[in-house]
Amino acid sequence: MQNHGAEKFIGGKQTFESITTKIESVVIDQRKKHPLEWYVVFGIAFGLLQVLMLAVTYLIVRGTGIWGINIPVGWGFAIINFVWWIGIGHAGTLISAILLLMRQQWRNSINRFAEAMTLFAVMCAGIFPLIHTGRPWVAYWLMPIGPNILGMWPQFRSPLVWDVFAVTTYITVSALFWFVGLIPDFGTMRDRAKPKWLKYLFGTLAMGWRGSNQHWFRYESAYLILAGLSTPLVLSVHTIVSFDFAISIVPGWHTTIFPPYFVAGAIYAGFAMVLLLAIPIRAWYGLKDLITMKHIDWMAKFMLGTGMVVFYGYLTEAFYGYYSGNKYEMFMIHNRMTGPYAPLYWSLIVCNGLTPQILWSQRMRHSIPVVFAVSVIVSIGMWLERFIIVVTSLHRDFMPSAWGMYTPTIWDWATFLGTIGLFTFLMFLFVRFVPMINIFEMKDLLHKQEGHAISGRKEHVVVEAASAHE
Amino acid sequence: MHDHDEQPHNLDSMRSKLQGKDGAQYWRSLEELAGTDEFQRFVDDEFPHRATLLELDRRQFLTLMGSSLALAGLTGCRILPQDKIVPYVKAPEEVIAGKPLTYATAISLGGYAHGVLVESHEGRPTKIEGNPGHPASLGATNAFMQAAMHTLYDPDRARAITNVAVASTWDDFLAATSKALEGQTASKGAGIRLLTETVTSPTLAAQIREFLTKYPNAEWHQYDTSSADNVKAGARLALGSPVNVVYKFDKAARVLSLDSDFLMTMPGSVRYARDFTNGRRVRKGTREINRLYAIESMPTLTGALADHRLPAKSSDIEAIAYSIAQGLGIDVGSSAPTTKLAPPWIAAAVKDLNAHPGESLVVPGEQQPPSVHALCHAINEKLGAVGKTVVYTEPVEAEAVEHVASLNDLLADIHAGHVQALFILGGSNPAFTAPADFAFADTLRRVRFKVYHGIYADETAALCDWHVPDTHFLEAWSDARAFDGTASIVQPLIEPLYVSKSAHEVMAALNDKPLPGYDILRESWKALGGAGDFDTWWRKTLYQGFVDGSAAKEVQATIQGSLASRLPQPVSAGSGLEINFRLDPTLGDGRWANNAWLQELPKPVTKLVWDNAAIMSPATATELKLCPADRPDQATGSMVELSLGNRKLKMPVYILPGHAANSVTVHVGYGRTKTGLVGADHGFNPYPLRTSAAPWFSGGLKVSPTGEKYDLLSTHYHNSIEMLDRELARVRTIEDFIKNPKLTEPDEEENPPEYDTLFREPDTYRDWEGAKWGMSIDLQTCIGCNACVVACQAENNIPTVGKDQVSRGREMHWIRIDRYFKGKDLENPQVVFQPVPCMHCERAPCEPVCPVAATTHSHEGLNQMVYNRCVGTRYCSNNCPYKVRRFNFLNYANHHDVNELGQEAAPLKLLNNPNVTVRSRGVMEKCSYCVQRINAARIEAKKDRRNIKDGEVVTACEQACPTQAIIFGDIADANSRVSKAKRQDHDYTLLADLNTRPRTTYMAKIRNPNPEISTE
Amino acid sequence: MAQVFPPAANSAARASLLGAMALPVLLTMAGMALTRSSYNTHVNVAIEQPIPFSHEHHATELGIDCRYCHTSVEKSAFAGIPPTHTCMSCHSQIWTNSPLLEPLRESYRKGIPLKWNRVNKLPEFVYFNHSIHVNRGINCNNCHGPIEKMNLTAKGKPFFMSWCLECHRNPEGYLRKPGTALDIYREGQSNLPHKLDPDDERLLYDQDYKPSAERVEKGKELMEYYHIKKDQLTDCWVCHR
Repeated sequence: MQNHGAEKFIGGKQTFESITTKIESVVIDQRKKHPLEWYVVFGIAFGLLQVLMLAVTYLIVRGTGIWGINIPVGWGFAIINFVWWIGIGHAGTLISAILLLMRQQWRNSINRFAEAMTLFAVMCAGIFPLIHTGRPWVAYWLMPIGPNILGMWPQFRSPLVWDVFAVTTYITVSALFWFVGLIPDFGTMRDRAKPKWLKYLFGTLAMGWRGSNQHWFRYESAYLILAGLSTPLVLSVHTIVSFDFAISIVPGWHTTIFPPYFVAGAIYAGFAMVLLLAIPIRAWYGLKDLITMKHIDWMAKFMLGTGMVVFYGYLTEAFYGYYSGNKYEMFMIHNRMTGPYAPLYWSLIVCNGLTPQILWSQRMRHSIPVVFAVSVIVSIGMWLERFIIVVTSLHRDFMPSAWGMYTPTIWDWATFLGTIGLFTFLMFLFVRFVPMINIFEMKDLLHKQEGHAISGRKEHVVVEAASAHE
Repeated sequence: MHDHDEQPHNLDSMRSKLQGKDGAQYWRSLEELAGTDEFQRFVDDEFPHRATLLELDRRQFLTLMGSSLALAGLTGCRILPQDKIVPYVKAPEEVIAGKPLTYATAISLGGYAHGVLVESHEGRPTKIEGNPGHPASLGATNAFMQAAMHTLYDPDRARAITNVAVASTWDDFLAATSKALEGQTASKGAGIRLLTETVTSPTLAAQIREFLTKYPNAEWHQYDTSSADNVKAGARLALGSPVNVVYKFDKAARVLSLDSDFLMTMPGSVRYARDFTNGRRVRKGTREINRLYAIESMPTLTGALADHRLPAKSSDIEAIAYSIAQGLGIDVGSSAPTTKLAPPWIAAAVKDLNAHPGESLVVPGEQQPPSVHALCHAINEKLGAVGKTVVYTEPVEAEAVEHVASLNDLLADIHAGHVQALFILGGSNPAFTAPADFAFADTLRRVRFKVYHGIYADETAALCDWHVPDTHFLEAWSDARAFDGTASIVQPLIEPLYVSKSAHEVMAALNDKPLPGYDILRESWKALGGAGDFDTWWRKTLYQGFVDGSAAKEVQATIQGSLASRLPQPVSAGSGLEINFRLDPTLGDGRWANNAWLQELPKPVTKLVWDNAAIMSPATATELKLCPADRPDQATGSMVELSLGNRKLKMPVYILPGHAANSVTVHVGYGRTKTGLVGADHGFNPYPLRTSAAPWFSGGLKVSPTGEKYDLLSTHYHNSIEMLDRELARVRTIEDFIKNPKLTEPDEEENPPEYDTLFREPDTYRDWEGAKWGMSIDLQTCIGCNACVVACQAENNIPTVGKDQVSRGREMHWIRIDRYFKGKDLENPQVVFQPVPCMHCERAPCEPVCPVAATTHSHEGLNQMVYNRCVGTRYCSNNCPYKVRRFNFLNYANHHDVNELGQEAAPLKLLNNPNVTVRSRGVMEKCSYCVQRINAARIEAKKDRRNIKDGEVVTACEQACPTQAIIFGDIADANSRVSKAKRQDHDYTLLADLNTRPRTTYMAKIRNPNPEISTE
Repeated sequence: MAQVFPPAANSAARASLLGAMALPVLLTMAGMALTRSSYNTHVNVAIEQPIPFSHEHHATELGIDCRYCHTSVEKSAFAGIPPTHTCMSCHSQIWTNSPLLEPLRESYRKGIPLKWNRVNKLPEFVYFNHSIHVNRGINCNNCHGPIEKMNLTAKGKPFFMSWCLECHRNPEGYLRKPGTALDIYREGQSNLPHKLDPDDERLLYDQDYKPSAERVEKGKELMEYYHIKKDQLTDCWVCHR
């Protein structure tokens, strides 16, 4: 039971009561006015969602030709966005699973929506591998459904098939993990919900949760097992995604550094996104006491750390490019730094390599605008990274006669922004309809933090809180 | 022979429908008309033969299947209409349903016959190949011959006889004509004129002469942009008569080309290319190959092949010819101009030519003035070439007139009001192609009765009262003679698709002997002497595709007296800018403008598609301030205004290293206004700058930048590609080869390195007992002519995608001809061509990455691409180091009954090879080594329990190649041609260090430079 | 506090858990069953034709050889559908007034072809070649079912790729000696006690014939004789291009 220094993870004077109310009132009391920002952002997101629908429909009707891809650049925005979104998902799993196993109590206040973020990010990611195929209606051939009438199986040597398994496993486990984590809170909601239908709704979701010791005992072990399951996924998923490139012979793709460097990048991008979401939400819903400066500070440190790993990745790429003595590799790196896409490469270095360095200073880490700005820049940087990897490697490979350029079309952008819309849309529905912070874990945390200081205080003992000490 | 029993029964109703429509509406609603069920029936089952319905609906590939596949049969056929099987009523004897038949016939290009074999599926011709038996081509073809098939099914062809753009009928036309002719009987036809293209057809000539005997005062004119006026004039000047000049490159050891592209633009080019490259092939132990010097303005394929190339303005050539003649001690008079151009170079060349008496040859270009041709005759005579490397024969043309002059006379007569009735036969489209100063269009209006006979409703048709659509050469009987005089009977394979009449039928009508073409031909050849029993002779002739012993007789011709006295005063080469006019390498004089295959075919040297440009050298561009001195390539695409006197034309610039300085080349043929969906409104029309005085080149050009930019499309992303540090196309000299036949760099391994692998698998494809397919491509003899590209497109149902898609880097050609520049000198680099089809790697990088095993390896070593399994992740293409895979980003072939170019897909469906799947959108495709041909051969071989013989499988590209640079076959058979080729020391693998083990390998290009001339 | 749900809800919950696991499996199985059902495959579903032509009558009862009408079956990829003239070679003599044959006579008179409804159809990207199969002694029934017994023609086999592969992976049992592919019909239609071995009998009359062990053994020699390379038979480009 470690004590995290002077600064608390729960600010202000909190009671179990106050915490519960703070969090669930957002959900239970639908009459309660939501901040204007919520409506504005939600509106924009909804609009973008419609753009996505349009873009995808047109794509299905007309074909991938509406995008900027060509020969030699066979992969464009679709794959870039896929890798980007998958990456973003990772921080969620890391926070909820790994930090849980490491008994990092401070995660409690952010894990719930970090997990939600994972789910929604993976959903967005999942769209792309499907629609980027020339004939989406037969994309199911990538799955070993059978024995089928064709007598054909997927080709298991292809990383794209591994992707199918990696991603589906990932989304399944994440969903389970998220839901199991919600059960006790659904219990709370059920008990506090006024309207009957809401009671039934939460009741069903709570799956008969009564918070008995046995329940808690099973809950804890189930939660730990799932955490144990998700932990390797944090590493495996993006490793396998990186294989999509590393397995090939394309200069700039065919390299062994990709797995670690992709995973680090993923977590990097993920934390940026968590901050991106946490900062406005804590402001709008007055959760500053639950998501404290300290959280932000620590997440900033995480970004700094993983950022350094990623930066190291860039340097190694360049180094091995030249060190290999392979004329194609050397040309590839040279082309990245000086070729037609050089501006993007250098802005990538600035975004991901240099910007986070300011987080060395505590003052900066404690300035909300700075941290927010850095998160935005890093998110952009990570997207650029994928662009550089996919496009600059392909557009000038072995035979100069077959070189080309890649320019995204309006439809590329529409699909990309569309998924951002989808993500935000889901995220905002989530904060509206699900307790966005883990209530009982917060109480647990509060108890551990305040010790028995609060035990004397008159409290409205909620069922599960009492048993939360086992 | 083709059988005529099966007269498509509602073809007539189709015709009448077409004719019934009144003109205005007809033009507007062509598509609508085509959309009607009637047209569908007409296309789908009426024509060509019943049983082909089976084949036909194989055309409409996955548009439906895609979706039904989606549910893997769950939906089954329910969403598909019930298919019909439609048998013959009476089966034609020679047809076995499902088996193609091949007929020998001939296509005439610029009036000269090229022998071809045409493949026909149940009466539906689908593919043109060279006729190996034909002496004038030896089975070789060029891009035009291959692409001619597309024109047959071109939906934009004229579909009805029209009278001032109103649909009419043949009978009405005959009535109108006879009325017009009646008025002429008194004056013995003084008011009648015929305007034809170059005529070599004995039958047509006979018909015309018959007409002229009936109307003695009528006159026959010829005009054809591609006609070689200067050649005739030159011959007349030097030898006294317009003899036909035939070169024997197989006997030539040293050749000097004076601005001549004899590999591409001459009537005999296909044969010349074969003969010339035969003298260049390098095999084990080769120590001697022929040597080619080229002096030219615009880099041509001939220049690219040359061992020494000297860029020179066209107007410098005459002076050069003079100095060469002088160098050989020919008296050219005192006033002979001299050139300051690279004297040592020329001296060395002359010395070399002189050192090979009887084996050397000088070839002047058609666009050079008569004096140059005359001088070359003298030079060749001096070199002892006459009778050996160059022979003179009787003219092959029925009437060897000079066309510009002939057209000039016609127009003079019209101006003088002598002409009441004008018949323009054969689609030469003078309104578009005539020299600008003739103002043909305006002059033509003065004629009362104007008839145009051409395959398209083009610019000239629009000016004439009557337009009688011409037949495609596969639709009607005719005949023609090849460059050496060999005559061929042109036999049709199909009933005319639309209402159309052959030139013979029109002439027959004018002679009022209305006979079907078939009878006309038989009649005339009975007269022209079918030896022995006519029917046997006739059948044999049709079978072999040419008339035995019909080659033109050799004639002895020598320089008449002192040439010097007769040579015209040489025009002094101006120092200023000069403009060259050339026929477009893929559109000719513009007649191929509506041929999608040719529009999208990269121009041999510039690799431009869908456009023409003002081509100039980097130096000139820099001088004209079109670009910063260090980045000449930036000038490409910038619009300039070319002005010649008071004639002006705006055009984009294309920078071509190796082009002569102070000289600009423009290709005529683009800028068509009336031709069809594909041809109209592409490129720019230089004809308005081209006058009868200077049809080929002219000084006094002004070029002024307009500041605008234009999107010029080259399939080579770089304006000029260098190979970087990668030796993809290997070029060495013969000395290198003799010293070290393997031609390997000291630091490089000789063979593809055999990396060991942790994962040892049995080497299935090397250990396979049975055929192992492989290909060898000889860079030495590849002249970059593109015939293979079109042949492949025709054989494999490859769609054309249009300018927009090409601009996005989505051209579909399965085999591309890479062009590399080599050498330091930007003003005169070496040019190397490298055909790149799928390499069929034994360790193909594309295969392991496909998630659904849509691309796998066959035991015979083919890298198989299965369209119906492909889900379209494009991973294979990303992982292909040769980038030879092509993806259907959209539904190019047929999207809602319209192809990517907006043409009706329906008639074009008939063009498809029934043995190759038509790809839908979303699937990858690539070179298959023509697997359909392999399978056909294998099945036949297996039926009689034998192995496939060498040469039994000939891929489309191999068949088309005029120089036999491509060899395909079984590498397991040690005696196969391909094995022999691959055993050559200078055989090498592309990107060998990737250890992909391609089955396609290359033979290095071996140059034969003159040691006395320093290169670089 | 008051429970929202009655205790029974628990068992309902458990049941739904089971259901959630079982459902996908069941759906997949149902889908597969449907795909293979004749509803989808049309196997044994006779199709309306302009003339109710009976293979049983012509092939079995009259004993007309397949090749009399399907002339190109040994020469070409396409077996050949008889032109009107072929039918008329008999029907200008017999059944000359049968109303059923009126469409035939009309076609003959007017020179307009009959339009039969297609029974056996392969997708456009499958290139089946009749000649090579028949020349390997593969009998019609292997793919068309007991066609000689069909009164109205129906599809005999589902034509799934997996079904093609059954034979292309183990061709032995289906081969016959050269030129004997169609012999069994002659035996089959003769009213005398025929000499068909059990395999042939099943091939002749059974819907789905599977070769016996000894037939497979015999086939091995034929594989040698025909130089059939088994591996090659499953190369994609043997059937697709």
